[in-house]
Amino acid sequence: MSAARAHLERLPTGVRVALVLGLLALLAFPLVGSDFYTQMVTRMMILAIFAMSLDLLQGVSGLVSLGHAAYFGLAGYALAFLMPQNEAASIWWTLPLSLLASGLAALVIGFFVVRTHGIYFIMVTMAFAQMVFYLFFDNKALGGSDGLYINFRPTVAIGGTTLLDLDNRVVLYYLTLFLLLAVFVFLRRLLWSPFGRTLAGIRVNEHRMRAMGFGTFAYKLSAFTLAGTLAGLAGYLWGVQSGYINPELMGFHMSAHAIMMVILGGMGNFAGAIVGAFSFEYVLHLLKDLPTVGGVNLGKHWQLWMGSFIVLVVFFAPRGVLGIVQRLTAGKSAGKDDSHG
Amino acid sequence: MDFATFLIQLLNSVQYGLLLFMLAAGLTLIFGIMGVVNLAHGSFYMLGAYLAYALTARWGSLTLAILAGVALAIVFGLLLERLLFRHFYDRDHLDQVLLTFGLIYIFEELRSLLWGDDVHGVQVPALLAASIPLTENQSYPVYRIFMAGVCILLALGLYLLISKTRLGMKIRAGAFNRDMTEALGINIRRIHAVVFALGVGLAAVAGIIAAPVSSVYPNMGSQVLIMCFVVVVIGGIGSVRGALIAALLVGLVDTFGKVLLPQVAGMLVYMLMAAVLLWRPEGLFKQ
Repeated sequence: MSAARAHLERLPTGVRVALVLGLLALLAFPLVGSDFYTQMVTRMMILAIFAMSLDLLQGVSGLVSLGHAAYFGLAGYALAFLMPQNEAASIWWTLPLSLLASGLAALVIGFFVVRTHGIYFIMVTMAFAQMVFYLFFDNKALGGSDGLYINFRPTVAIGGTTLLDLDNRVVLYYLTLFLLLAVFVFLRRLLWSPFGRTLAGIRVNEHRMRAMGFGTFAYKLSAFTLAGTLAGLAGYLWGVQSGYINPELMGFHMSAHAIMMVILGGMGNFAGAIVGAFSFEYVLHLLKDLPTVGGVNLGKHWQLWMGSFIVLVVFFAPRGVLGIVQRLTAGKSAGKDDSHG
Repeated sequence: MDFATFLIQLLNSVQYGLLLFMLAAGLTLIFGIMGVVNLAHGSFYMLGAYLAYALTARWGSLTLAILAGVALAIVFGLLLERLLFRHFYDRDHLDQVLLTFGLIYIFEELRSLLWGDDVHGVQVPALLAASIPLTENQSYPVYRIFMAGVCILLALGLYLLISKTRLGMKIRAGAFNRDMTEALGINIRRIHAVVFALGVGLAAVAGIIAAPVSSVYPNMGSQVLIMCFVVVVIGGIGSVRGALIAALLVGLVDTFGKVLLPQVAGMLVYMLMAAVLLWRPEGLFKQ
């Protein structure tokens, strides 16, 4: 059970140093990286925000959502509907409204799903996400299976002065990096706040938390809504970056990828979600780009490699990259951290 | 809606419901007894359908395809249980979700390598190709009645197996209390393997007999998997009776929803699920 799985909440010094080095690398990257890779890293950072939002449910609260992509996609769709056909709209009202769309959907769906536990929770989150998926997939008015184009990037201006030009890839990169950091700091603070401690308590033993007088339903629903809203932030940025949104982004593969990212990094501490998102996207990029060997285009069969990769990770490294790093760097303290998980 | 149309829709919904039951029964048994979330269950349905396509193309007989297809699927299920699933019965649900998600990718790619990415049709056997006329211009295909018949027979067989045989008694005991069953000297590992293979076999039969009606196409397992989840949630995990009733209910709501309320038909089944969750969060027939 998730309660028994060792959680790595406190980050050991080795991991902290690695994270700071990673941040410095991200800050410097647009100066050295090509346009293509700047865009790719922007996408990775967007997915890292998405993975962190899922980690709040999956790692911190022990709620495995297999439908988290729905809230990611909804904010992207909200942006597509809010953006006029012939002029750019301001970020000041498109962003809050898009977040509201995702948050509201998470609140309404959460109202039903947080009543369930374990396997039920997994299946019900997935089923509701598919409901949202088919709502958009089946309705031509909502873009249908082709999706929608977002013709303009939102403007960031105060009183007619443009602060940020999001059409500039480097500017968008730094905005995404800033938001990634902001969400990370926010979630780390949340993790150690009374609210975060209550969620962790619910993960370990919900009955006990209820017996102590915590209204676990309200806590779980708040976490679900907050996670949906933050997933919406990632979806909004995705829409801004790619200029295009389709039902696949809300599909069940996308949700499963997010779970994989959180597992791959190491869950319950948000840093793992970032590491996982970067690693997963990089592996996916590598596998899709595999060369042709002996007349067989290996990249074309990426699903086979990806599937095998996932199976191998689940078999041999269920605590992810941070779990391995921690084992290598922290040595003795690994056992100590396990005990309170 | 006149009576003939109503009758056709009713038959369709029952037949769809029974087909869903074949899949959901295996899924709910695997959930209930081994505690495994199996996202790849839809892939077994797809496997069955593609076996039907490949085997009828080779031998020209759907009966032979059913027999050989089921045998192959059961062997495949036993292998899979032995090599992979057995190691995951005591693992976190999260690990099971990821394992079976990885398997979906692998199965889809293998399907693509073996049979390509095109949509294929499977011919209805000549013996069953007729239609029963209902009015001057409406009729009902015999093959769909045959499908429903196969499902009813298998459902009956499943009921007898679980409630009347010694093996069924062991299965129920294993679901009720695994450790105690093992302590009584029953080989619970073998029971698990049998249940898993049974689930794979049922899903494959559903795929085989559905192939002539639905045709055979990539990712056909995913959509049916979600419907099975809905059925299992409504019926209650581990309850075969619940799965039957929920499957028929979902069949009715889905089929009549498409006729009466086409704008929201895709969502009706999920609304039904939401309503059941409000009323009974553990499903209608929680064991």
